[in-house]
Order: sequence, then structure tokens, then C-alpha cells
Amino acid sequence: MIDFESKTVKKANPRNIFQEKDILVKATKIQHFAQQCRINTFEMIYNRGNGHWGGSASVTEILTTLYYHIMNIDPANPKWEDRDRLILSKGHAAPILYALLADRGYFSVEELTTFRQLNSRLQGHPCMDKTPGVDMSTGALGHGLSIGLGMALGAKVLKKKYWTFIIVGDGCLNEGQSWEAIMSVAKFRPERMVIMVDYNKVQLDGPSSEIMPLDPLPEKFKAFNLNVSDRIFDGHSVSEIMESWDWMQKNQDSPSVVIYKTHKGKGVSFMEDQSKWHGAPIDNNSYALGRVELLSQLEKLHV
Amino acid sequence: MSGVKQISMRQSFGEKLLEMADRYPELVVLDADVSSSTQTIHFGKKYPERFFNVGVAEANMVDIAGGLATCGLRPVASAFAIFLALKSTDQVRNNICYNNLPVILVGGYAGLSDSFDGASHQSITDIAIMRAMPNMNVIVPSDGPEFGRLLEEALRIDGPVYFRICRNESPVISDKFPVVEFGKIQVLSEGNDITIAACGITVPMALEAAAKLKIKGYSSEVLNISSIKPLDSETLIKSASKTKLIITIEEHSVIGGLGSVVSECLMQNCPVKMKIIGLNDVFAESGPYNDLLSKYGISADNIVNSAIELLK
Repeated sequence: MIDFESKTVKKANPRNIFQEKDILVKATKIQHFAQQCRINTFEMIYNRGNGHWGGSASVTEILTTLYYHIMNIDPANPKWEDRDRLILSKGHAAPILYALLADRGYFSVEELTTFRQLNSRLQGHPCMDKTPGVDMSTGALGHGLSIGLGMALGAKVLKKKYWTFIIVGDGCLNEGQSWEAIMSVAKFRPERMVIMVDYNKVQLDGPSSEIMPLDPLPEKFKAFNLNVSDRIFDGHSVSEIMESWDWMQKNQDSPSVVIYKTHKGKGVSFMEDQSKWHGAPIDNNSYALGRVELLSQLEKLHV
Repeated sequence: MSGVKQISMRQSFGEKLLEMADRYPELVVLDADVSSSTQTIHFGKKYPERFFNVGVAEANMVDIAGGLATCGLRPVASAFAIFLALKSTDQVRNNICYNNLPVILVGGYAGLSDSFDGASHQSITDIAIMRAMPNMNVIVPSDGPEFGRLLEEALRIDGPVYFRICRNESPVISDKFPVVEFGKIQVLSEGNDITIAACGITVPMALEAAAKLKIKGYSSEVLNISSIKPLDSETLIKSASKTKLIITIEEHSVIGGLGSVVSECLMQNCPVKMKIIGLNDVFAESGPYNDLLSKYGISADNIVNSAIELLK
């Protein structure tokens, strides 16, 4: 039996990740840490009784690698004008974003317990005016690519070198505005702008193939005249996500698209790839079973 | 208003952007494939690196402007008012207003001023939509030069501003009055019998109506409420307390526009008899601008007739 009250996952100590020179060891450490963040997120959503588990679990390794390997940011100075920008266009994955921002030191890990509570800085969907470290408020789908283009063009006008990363999901790409944005990204072609697709192929109402098919997705981006990585990366493998960053850096002269194969609800077998777990509350039984699975995966990730 | 100098607000827009460009290096301009109509094209030609024509995609344009604003730039996004207010409502709300970003939106061809193009292009609900959004400022300038001055003031405001401007030439009246302050009601003439509150191209109509009423022996107080939001309620209440009668006139639906703004304020502070002139919850049609305005009751004569009714 799981004791819900006392078995909280202890705060990770990821500081040594940045000092790690061996890239393979670093990948292993980030992979382990990502799983801890996934568990924290599972707890947060279970405790609150609402929030989006499916999409948070899906984007966990992508976000963790961004915050611990890719992005040039300063948690002590969240508005630093030369920082890399991140837009989580699939804003419903806010819980995992908050878990990472807390661990990067934008606010205390204890504050995570206020998620979705009255007077909290941690809104149901990301809000840039309330939460330090959030570069853009999201929630209504389809905005991220246009706003990200604005940020990337801002770098161009101001002659800055920062990167703009935009994470979209299936739902985001259903929105017509995303394709308006993709057309204009191809027109203006700012440097160091990356569209990262968390491609779990499941949306709120069911599989994307039934609700709104996006395939052939790479071909669509290519037809819109964007530079698309031919390799589809495993969005749950930190080492592959690190390799995708190598590809982005080699392709930084123009906007690029990287597609990651992911699983909605990753880590809890009976929740994976199930549209039900897009935003359903996590019940006691599912929590107990899920937690056992997540913890056992964590144990296997030796650091 | 014959004999009065005429200029279009869009011409003033084009000229003002050029005039400010060097003084405000953070100024960037966006348009949605109507830059030769809205006159932003002149800025675009001279400052191509600070101009973004996004094609016919207003929603995309407003969000790009929001992204630029987060970097410290001051975007002015221009399109036809009807499409800015309707096709990019979600972007105005969830990005520009929710994040209180300093983006200036300029809705051109507003009201019935795209007259021959017909109801599909006539913007009669934009004031209602824009003013309903938290953080948004809504300005309806009375002529081109006033628009130019307020546009520059808007660049110093830390938040979103929506300007609603007319396509056609309209009388220049602002040079006869003290400079209007951002957020203030301008009392154009003082009177005791009735208040006539107007915005945009109806301000000259209000002045004309006041002159006609004067001949009939009535003294009118004419208010230029170019700042729909924030509303200078103090000046409005002061005027209504004095005259006890008020007429509003706007080139907009009577639902949610200037009339609504004024009645919301006065009903809570100083209820007086009131008449709201505007489009009476109908779509208009194609036709010459002035004839169209007259047919739908947006005229000095309608103000005079309505005033006489109220004054009985």
C-alpha cells in the first residue's frame, strides 16, 4: 500500500548536472532528473484533483533537457534581455513547466503545492505576469508559433543572439493560426527559431488520426518551406533530445522544425496514449498504481 | 463643415509614422496586406527592417506584434478595423490584453467609412469588443492631426491601445481647440441646455448641430469623448449634472459603444434623460459615405431633431 501522505518524492538535486563534462553521464543524470520531475508533476495533479497529466508526461524529457542542457537562462534574472525564450504553446502542460522552473530556482519547490489554488502564482495555464520564468502566457492553443516568430524577429531587429523555442502539440497544430504562422516563419526566416513538436498523436477527444489527422507532418512543414529534421527523435530519450540540439545548432541560420515521437501520459502504462488522461483527475487507485510504476522506473535509471 | 480643411486620418497615420520613426527606434510596424490602404506602406518602404507585412492574417499579425513587444519593441499593428476586432479577438484578449503588452492596434476604415464595400467591411462593433477587454485603452480620434498627437502619446503608455480611425477625408477641427489630452474629455463648447457627446467623425456633426440649436435658442455643451476607455467620468458627470440632458452620437452600433459607455457612467452617478444615436442594431449597406451616414441617422440634423425632442 502506498502511504499518500508521507511518500513524497524528495527534492532532486540537479545542480551537479551543469558541471558534468561527460555528455553520456550528463544525459543519464538529466534522464533521471526528468523522471523525478514527472513524479512531482503526477503528485501535483493528483493532489490538486485537476490539471493535465497526459500532455505534461509527454513533454517531460523535452522540457527537462531544454532547462538543463539547451537554454541559456538566468533564474536570478528572469527578464534578462539576452535570455533564450521558451513558449510552451501547449500551455496545459503547465504542471511540468512549474516543476522545472521551481527546480531551476525561479521560485521555491514548496510553492508547487499552491498550483491552481486561489491567490497562487501558479495558474492553471502559464501566465507570464504571475510566474517568474514564464516567457509567455499560453493556454488558448495556436498562439505560440506567431508569438515566437515575434520574439525571433525581435532578436533580428535588436541584433541579439538569443534562441526562441516553441513547443507545440497535436492540438496546437489543429488551429488555423499555427499554419498562418508557419507561412510567415517561412517568409521572414529569423535565425535561431525552433518549432519543437511534441508529437504524441493523441488529443482531448481521441487519437489525432480520428479527430484531426496531421500526417504526413514532416512533409507538411517541408511543403511550407521550412527546414525540417529528417530524423524523428525519441522525445523520451534525453540523449536523443541532446542530439536534436546538435542538429538545431548546425541549422541555426534559418528557422527549423524538430519532431519528437512521444507518448501522452508516458510512464504510467494504463494511461499512456489514452485520450482520457488528457485532463482527467487522477483517482486514488490510478494514483497508487501509477506511482509504483513511476518509482520503479526511477530506480532503474541509475545515476 | 464646408470650407473647413479636410484630411483623412489614414493620411495622418502614414505621415506620423514616418515622422516618429527616427525619434522612436523601438517603433516597428505590422500590416495585413492593406498597407497601401492604411498608409503604413510609406514607413515600410523607408524602414523595411522594421516593417512586417504578414499577408491576410490578422490573428497571426497581432500575436507577432505581442512577441515583438515582449522584447522591448513598440509595435503598431494596422489592419481594417472590422478584421482586427473580429479575426484577432482571441489574440487581442489572450496575448495583448492578458499580458498587458504595449501594442498599438490601429483599426482603419472603421465605422461605415468603407462605405461602398458594404456591410461585410463596415466595422460597427469594434468599440464594444475592444473596450470589454481588461487593460485595453480605446481611442476614437476626431480628426487626423488629433490622431497623430494621440498616437505619439500612446507610445508612452505601458499597455495596449486600440485606435479606431476613418478611411475618408474628414474636417480638421482640432486646430481650433486646445490640444486634447490622452484619457480626457475635451469640452469643445460650453452650454447649459443639453450635452452632446461625440467621438470620431461625429464630433464635427455635434459642433454643427450645436450651431443650429443655438439659432433656435438652445445652448449646447459639446464633448469630444475621443478616449472611450479610460473614460474621463469627472468631466462627463459635471456636464450632465449641469444640463440634465444628453445625446450621444457614434458611427457604431448603439450596443456597446459610446452611448453605452456614457450611460454606464451616468446611470451610476448622475442619471439624466438620454438619447443614443448610432446604428440601431442593424447592418448597413453599400453607398456613398455621407448618404449612408444620413440614412442610418448619423447626422447633425438627427442630433438637432433628437435634441428638440428631449428639450420639449
